Amino acid sequence: MKMIARIGRLTLDFFADVGKVVLFAYKGTQCVFTTPLYFSQILDNLIRIGFFSIPVVGMTALFTGAVLVLQSYAGFSKISSETTIPMVVVVSITRELGPVLAGLMVAGRVGSSIAAEIATMKVSEQVDALQTLAVNPIRYLVAPRLIACTLVMPILVFIADVIGILGGYLVATEKLGFNAALYLNNTMTYLKADDVISGLVKAAIFGFVIALSGCYSGCNANKGAESVGTATINAVVMSSVLILFLNYMTTQLFFTV
Amino acid sequence: MTKKNKRFKLETVGLTKSFGSKKVLEDLNLQVEDNESLVVLGGSGSGKSVLIKTIVGLLRPDSGSVLLDGDDITNLSTKGRSNLMSRFGFLFQGGALFDSLPVWKNISFYLIHNKYISDEEARVIAEEKLHVVGLSKDSLDLYPSELSGGMQKRVALARAIANDPEIIFFDEPTTGLDPIMKNVISELISKCRKEFGATTITITHDIDTVKSIASKVALLYKGRIVWSGPEHEIYKSGDPIFDQFIHGRIRGPIKVEGVSEK
Repeated sequence: MKMIARIGRLTLDFFADVGKVVLFAYKGTQCVFTTPLYFSQILDNLIRIGFFSIPVVGMTALFTGAVLVLQSYAGFSKISSETTIPMVVVVSITRELGPVLAGLMVAGRVGSSIAAEIATMKVSEQVDALQTLAVNPIRYLVAPRLIACTLVMPILVFIADVIGILGGYLVATEKLGFNAALYLNNTMTYLKADDVISGLVKAAIFGFVIALSGCYSGCNANKGAESVGTATINAVVMSSVLILFLNYMTTQLFFTV
Repeated sequence: MTKKNKRFKLETVGLTKSFGSKKVLEDLNLQVEDNESLVVLGGSGSGKSVLIKTIVGLLRPDSGSVLLDGDDITNLSTKGRSNLMSRFGFLFQGGALFDSLPVWKNISFYLIHNKYISDEEARVIAEEKLHVVGLSKDSLDLYPSELSGGMQKRVALARAIANDPEIIFFDEPTTGLDPIMKNVISELISKCRKEFGATTITITHDIDTVKSIASKVALLYKGRIVWSGPEHEIYKSGDPIFDQFIHGRIRGPIKVEGVSEK
């Protein structure tokens, strides 16, 4: 009986948490589409989230593209590799690896920092202070981050697409001796607007999820330094899992229907 | 329409609040008159902070109500609550200054975001309020992390009074300060009341603070007010719990863990 009770309890807790996150997302989104918007906060977050994530996203994309070429070169027969390798690189990066890897890197870098920052504010009563100064914390802290992260992720993923394909190109032509013109030509043949756009739409969804996880975990910190640490972990785990889950759901939606 | 009771500036009626199974406030009734300085005493963990946070609306009571000038302010909409906040000032225990903003933006925060004043105006007002709390304009561009504990408290006080509030709440204003800084803050609290006509509600466990700022004293114990009365009567309250508390006796009706009965 104890076992069943425990399973029941865990299931109930899980759905209660899902409900809380959905409610939080609703409140946050409501503040995104109503005034006042805090433009200085949005700008500040655009720079912190977007601009300073370019190096880490770029590095990830560069090495991913490079390693894709090495692995597919080892796998495909040498004869067909001239055409298949650019295709593999271009399709997998624009459709999947660009958005997912950039999403996971940004989740680690930005989701954690959002959570730590808001949790620290919560623990040191700065969130309460906002309320006593007649400023809605969701409006001031959450909405700007949701906006900034959702806007900036597609841009980051676009950059990742370009750098990832470039990484593949460099390895193929410099190390494996492919013909540069032919490689580029094949790349362009398989580069489809639909693939790129689907990746960018995913990116926007992931951006929203990263900011949401960070803000939700941060706002639920209660007391002490430990809860700041817990909030950070929760934010990264929650956003990573949601990114992988939503990636599957959106792929199913975009490519099988 | 019920007839408004205008006698009290602020009143709580049957305020109850629990966290899980722990009852923190239980049917708590408290009255504060206009321009009074109420000090609520209570031991550590007695729910003093919960009390003032429930009064200003940071926490929602399980039952009971809070009346301001006779109007029920317990269940206001977000917007109504936000309008109400302009009449309150709140000094948090740790100051709760926004560490990402310089001192002047901290002080004028309410006015910048609710009255949409310009940066120049905000600086002028911040300078004025800094002067009130005895700090020079040299601190205007510093960040909270660059200030000492006492200065942080004073800047936080400047922020709390920036919107000329009717009621100012002080959460342990003198805790963790040196004796001189304690008196500086106490004097500023009295100044808020005497010069700006504000009503002040202070929670503390420090008897010195009571003597220097209180006009009325109340003791919170086990979720209720066990005694309240004017400051000059604190040594003749006749209440055993209150008596034990202000004399700091370790034996009496308040049981302390680890202390034997005899």
